[in-house]
Amino acid sequence: MPNRITPSEISPKSIFLNRRALIAQASAALALGAAGVQPARAAITPPGKNPSLPSKPNPAYSTKEQVTSYEDVTNYNNFYEFGTGKDDPAAYAGDFRTRPWTVAIEGEVQKPQTLGIEDLLKLAGMEERIYRLRCVEGWSMVIPWIGYPLAELIKRAEPTGKAKYVAFETAVQEDTMPGVRRAVLDWPYVEGLRMDEAMHPLTLLAFGLYGEVLPNQNGAPLRIVVPWKYGFKSVKSLVRIRFTEEEPPTSWVKSAAQEYGFYANVNPNVPHPRWSQATERRIGEDGFFSPKRETMLFNGYADEVASLYAGMDLKTNY
Amino acid sequence: MSMAESRPAPKELPRRRGPQVFGIPFNVFRAGVFLLGLFPLARWLVLGFTGGLTADPISFLIKSAGTWTLVVLLVTLAITPLRVITGQAGLVKVRRMAGLFTLFYASLHFMSYVWWDQWFSIPAIADDILKRPFILVGFLAFLALIPLGVTSTKGWVRRLGGMNWQRLHRLIYPIGALALLHLWWIRSGKNDFLDAGVYLGVLIALLGWRVWHAWRRRASIS
Repeated sequence: MPNRITPSEISPKSIFLNRRALIAQASAALALGAAGVQPARAAITPPGKNPSLPSKPNPAYSTKEQVTSYEDVTNYNNFYEFGTGKDDPAAYAGDFRTRPWTVAIEGEVQKPQTLGIEDLLKLAGMEERIYRLRCVEGWSMVIPWIGYPLAELIKRAEPTGKAKYVAFETAVQEDTMPGVRRAVLDWPYVEGLRMDEAMHPLTLLAFGLYGEVLPNQNGAPLRIVVPWKYGFKSVKSLVRIRFTEEEPPTSWVKSAAQEYGFYANVNPNVPHPRWSQATERRIGEDGFFSPKRETMLFNGYADEVASLYAGMDLKTNY
Repeated sequence: MSMAESRPAPKELPRRRGPQVFGIPFNVFRAGVFLLGLFPLARWLVLGFTGGLTADPISFLIKSAGTWTLVVLLVTLAITPLRVITGQAGLVKVRRMAGLFTLFYASLHFMSYVWWDQWFSIPAIADDILKRPFILVGFLAFLALIPLGVTSTKGWVRRLGGMNWQRLHRLIYPIGALALLHLWWIRSGKNDFLDAGVYLGVLIALLGWRVWHAWRRRASIS
């Protein structure tokens, strides 16, 4: 029997178009409904400062806490390559070159490769995730990041059985980064994660914030975000990922091992030698007339990540 | 508070039309120094009303008060060398004001820490002082400043007697060293000693001048 569609079975074009419009209206209504349920979402209006970066919200990995203002997120940064002052990155990162940009993937992998930023942007679906960020200095923010799990990239490189750690290396542009002319740290800035930490679904390869591509001062064109660790673990302007068998050296451990550790998990019970980590000041919220808020173990992501450290002494592995 | 000095050498004030400092009538000079002393406070107010206190105003104000305490302390220490070098005897009369400004900014630094950083929690503050050497030395420097402020009046100079008063006020040297150590340990975490190094240089220069000056005077006496 010939499998033919008779003309009577085909919808007239007008009805067909009408149906599409109906679906669009329904989705818009659904989206509005969702927005009503999550007031946090309404706060994220792209400020129009950078090209937009479309993404799908991932409420499962988003906090509903009040989002820190774009102004504060982009003007209060630790990015020593541009200077040690909090306002230095916003002031001096303007000339930083983010194109062309490549990320080299090497070490204990089946498929070492160098990927261009255009390919990296297309590698997986972009999600918006609203994460808490806790700086080791005792302040915190809530930031709407855009990116996809770092695991997506790692899987493509096919790590070998020897890959126990991931080492990150970040950009050094001597002509555009005034901070690297001073030996405050040993440049380039390097960091690392244990393989299971790097593969954890919370660990994000971020390309944007607030609906737009990353501003230079926040680590353009791509960075790591590890929300349960102190901010210095979340490297900016990533250029190299190396898979290793041994724990890789990290910049702050090299600089001050008595103050900073490889794990650097947010932990209110393990004080920094020079200050307590029990409380934190949420930027833009905790002001002159309210006490600092309590810091949460693993920055509030204990349900997701505590099992990674089962049996480990967090006081010695700080 | 005042600088210690082994033997104050009173110089004659210029005679015409009342006392002057650098050719400025003393009262005008003193008012100018007073206004200058209020500059950091005025700056914070202006920054506060123009949104210039950064995204973390509390951290900014605590640190800024600490920085200005050290700056005003160094200015206070510089008054006697300046007086001797320039021969402007009237300078000695603004030394107490400068010292009291040091105590004023130190108090603001300490209170901002007690209020905004520790939320008046005495156990938390005690724990911080005992656990952290940089807090301890800063706290000791602040405590030691208080008797200097209290005894800065003429009545106290009389009550203590010139020698004892001077001995007490020599505390300003260890206070300066402790304050600098406090900053140095803060900066050591970030391996960035640029500003602390400048302050250290100034402190060494001011102390060095005093040692040299005392030695030269002793040599000229004997």
